[in-house]
Amino acid sequence: MTLLNDLAGAPPGMSPRALLLRLAAIGALVGTTAGTFAYAGGWLSPGSLTPARVVDRFEQVNGPHPGFRRNHAKGLCVAGAFTGNGAGVPLSRAGVFSAGRVTPVEGRVALAGGQPYAADAGTTVRSLALRFRLPDGEEWRTGVNNIPVFPVRTPEAFYEQLRAAQPDPATGKPDPERLKAFFAVHPESAKAAALIKARTVTSGFADSTYWSLNAFRFVAADGGTRAVRWAFVPDGIAAPETAQAVQDDMNYLFDDLAAQLRQGPQSWHLVVTLAQPEDPTADATRPWPAGRETVDVGTLTLTGATPEAAGNCRDINFDPLVLPDGIAPSDDPLLSARSAAYAQSFTRRAGEAKTPSAVTGAPHPGAGL
Amino acid sequence: MTAPARFNRPARLLHWVMAALILAMLLIGVAMVTSLADYHALVALHRPLGILILMLAVLRLANRWRRPPPPLPVDLPGWQRRAAHGSHVLLYGLMLAMPLVGWAMLSAARYPVVLVGPVVLPPILPQSPILYAALRQLHTVLAYGLFGVILAHLGAALMHGLIRRDGVFASMAPWRPHRAALPAGKT
Repeated sequence: MTLLNDLAGAPPGMSPRALLLRLAAIGALVGTTAGTFAYAGGWLSPGSLTPARVVDRFEQVNGPHPGFRRNHAKGLCVAGAFTGNGAGVPLSRAGVFSAGRVTPVEGRVALAGGQPYAADAGTTVRSLALRFRLPDGEEWRTGVNNIPVFPVRTPEAFYEQLRAAQPDPATGKPDPERLKAFFAVHPESAKAAALIKARTVTSGFADSTYWSLNAFRFVAADGGTRAVRWAFVPDGIAAPETAQAVQDDMNYLFDDLAAQLRQGPQSWHLVVTLAQPEDPTADATRPWPAGRETVDVGTLTLTGATPEAAGNCRDINFDPLVLPDGIAPSDDPLLSARSAAYAQSFTRRAGEAKTPSAVTGAPHPGAGL
Repeated sequence: MTAPARFNRPARLLHWVMAALILAMLLIGVAMVTSLADYHALVALHRPLGILILMLAVLRLANRWRRPPPPLPVDLPGWQRRAAHGSHVLLYGLMLAMPLVGWAMLSAARYPVVLVGPVVLPPILPQSPILYAALRQLHTVLAYGLFGVILAHLGAALMHGLIRRDGVFASMAPWRPHRAALPAGKT
């Protein structure tokens, strides 16, 4: 044991038994520290759902499309500004709501799904992602969709639904049995799907209403908070979707918006709905009762569209939890999960080679302009 | 004149506060990247803690330069002396590099670096997804490296304190050491 004493640098008087005990104690402490790290990193719970597994499933369902967003892959950059009317000031201390304050906005319109080259279709969910650039580096990023409620309540249900709704390669449609089984386990999703199916689909991006789906909290100057949801409601009259039997333009929704923006700006009112205490804030599948107080807090005006390219909306993660002081997350479990999954998707595509988007926003041949 | 046998009070305070912060930071970091439910809360904690650690590390280096640490025991084998020196260079380097790489990668990705409330740090790099992807990877590799060096540091400190009993542990211990724990002639 003198060899061990020498190696450990122990004084000659320390008995082998005492030395071994002390070495064991040191090993236990170092081991416990390493074990705590492994526990925190999820190595001891390999079955749990992680952001990486959510994004893996997108890649399984849609196939590999390197460089593109894993969801809402097909999109077009837009730009404009938001003008507050002051009505939001008592609700939120975010400067963006001040009367007359003009905040530059860049954004992205997109179609839900992970296929960057899919043909536009009227019933595909349309999204509007926005990045409000406030003074002093603050930002508000939000992603809103033309559906009144979200199809699932939890990240786990979202993960299951991705698989259940995966199109069968033979038919191009989801397997009805799988969907039925999913809805049987998730009745809240069955109700949400009915509401989504019953929505009015308008003629294009410009006359669509886009909902926040998740609830947030507005924080007033005095610190008081209100649970809210918001929607961007088009200024013009929404035209119903025309029965376009054959669309010769694969990108007709995007090209229409680009053409409309070339003719003039397109505007939406930002309408905030205030929750009553009994309204669900942690369940995006459930609408709040009709007749809840709403406040029109300002106008979003889009003035131009640009194809995705380096340095524009392509390279921005429209993480819904990039919020300015005065807007805070609610207890909706989807919010943190969206933030985590978006970050994972962004990190993966950031390091991948880019392919040009299918959407150029240019007038297509035969448009007769 | 004999060198002081203990680190000065600011050095000891900074060491133990930063030990707690850095361990918490590594646990938060490794937990947040695999978490859906707590991702946002943990990231919101991770950013300001990182900047706090960066500021404390600068303070600590300044104090170390002003008040050099007590010398290592003369009977310490040469390889251990070199390992002690090398691991401390790594520890200080990583304490500074980790927050800076984090800040830089968020800048390249154009994420606002929100500290608290409306306080946002300016970007320190131009927007570049490729740069972000590389720095994001580097942040992870350096974090594992830092954790490894911390484990070695912890093991070595305990060897000094429990087995060698040569005063090295006592020189940084938050409590006043027994006379016997300090090398003779240096009290």
